[in-house]
Amino acid sequence: MITAESVPQLRRGVRLTFDHVRETPVLLFPEGVLVPNATAAAVLELCDGARSVTEITTALAQRYSGVVAQDVLSVLARLGERRVVAWT
Amino acid sequence: MDVSPPLGLLAELTHRCPLHCPYCSNPVELTTRDAELSTADWVSVLSQARELGVLQVHLSGGEPLARPDLPELVAHASALGCYVNLVTSGLGLTADRLAGLVELGLAHVQLSAQGATRERADLLAGAKAHDRKLAAAAAVKASGLPLSLNVVLHRRNHDQLAGIIELAERMGADRLELANTQYYGWALRNRDALMPTPAQLAAAEPVVRAAVARLRGTMEIVYVVADYHEPYPKPCMYGWGARQLTVAPDGTVLPCPAASAISTLQLSSVRDTPLAEIWYRSSSFNAYRGEDWMAEPCRTCDRRGLDFGGCRCQAFLLTGDAAATDPVCSRSPQRPVVDLVLARPPVAGLVMRR
Repeated sequence: MITAESVPQLRRGVRLTFDHVRETPVLLFPEGVLVPNATAAAVLELCDGARSVTEITTALAQRYSGVVAQDVLSVLARLGERRVVAWT
Repeated sequence: MDVSPPLGLLAELTHRCPLHCPYCSNPVELTTRDAELSTADWVSVLSQARELGVLQVHLSGGEPLARPDLPELVAHASALGCYVNLVTSGLGLTADRLAGLVELGLAHVQLSAQGATRERADLLAGAKAHDRKLAAAAAVKASGLPLSLNVVLHRRNHDQLAGIIELAERMGADRLELANTQYYGWALRNRDALMPTPAQLAAAEPVVRAAVARLRGTMEIVYVVADYHEPYPKPCMYGWGARQLTVAPDGTVLPCPAASAISTLQLSSVRDTPLAEIWYRSSSFNAYRGEDWMAEPCRTCDRRGLDFGGCRCQAFLLTGDAAATDPVCSRSPQRPVVDLVLARPPVAGLVMRR
């Protein structure tokens, strides 16, 4: 069960980087490339395997207004289903 | 038409290989060592590819470990920001050598296997390979890199399918690709010996389905069907010249790894033409882009956006016309060509790759 206290991290083999050709963040992994939207990219940058969803929400709220933990959780749950994010 | 930048580069560093697999899809005529691109050439190809938009670099062959400059090429591709994938037989991939490549930025290893047991695998590889692959797999796992296991299926190993899946589990593979043989290059001359029987294909389906369900979340399984037996062809990649390009050992640039088979294509080379010019403007990359080249029945077919007319290389090899509908398609007037192949009695002898 994934909750606000769960700790997400990029799955082994997944790398988040910036593509200066397309001028966008990209997720690279075996056999695939995903272009995350701006929200997903901002969330993923904070997935260090130490912060919980609550802590990620707090960090995002310092930079953006209207950040809600439930939204962050649902973004991360989707990325988990796409095998980008793993839960520790 | 609107052409997007490529995402992937298949860099075939060499055709030299310690294995002799009869299903090898490389051309019958291999590039010799003295005709291979130099280190400086490959560094330039990688830089040009990244500027063009490439994010995934697959270092392949032949056996890429046969190139002494592999560490330099891994380091360069990785420093450019590419995700670097090593496609290997595993022979020569010692823990030391792997550690060096990981240090330089290698991200993923794709290891081949030929069968579930040592006896069968070595027979099919034409070399004492199986135990060395087990050691290579263990080294990859110990390094922390994700591991994919690639297995080409055919009449001589379909009976070991369950064992192959268990082998991948024992290796701790993150991903298992089970691909029925595709008949290009050397494999085409062994087609009648490699073609799986309908009974084998029917038996494989529940085995794969059960494994996919059982291993969900731990190992991803990709199963590529034997398209001669299907009513519709496999798609031509994501479309011709749409996402990926291949650079052959001698610098020839191919829209698809099998495209050297299409003798009517005017192929370009990185030896004399910038990669971007080849991607956007060459006649070979533009030959089957989009839909304008299509004839009937593809031109008005509701599946043309799904399979892009099927495989251009297969269309050429089986009909002599690379713009024809892939004859695997049940809507192709030339489907009887494929049915005749399927009706032929199996052949016993395999001709090993040389």
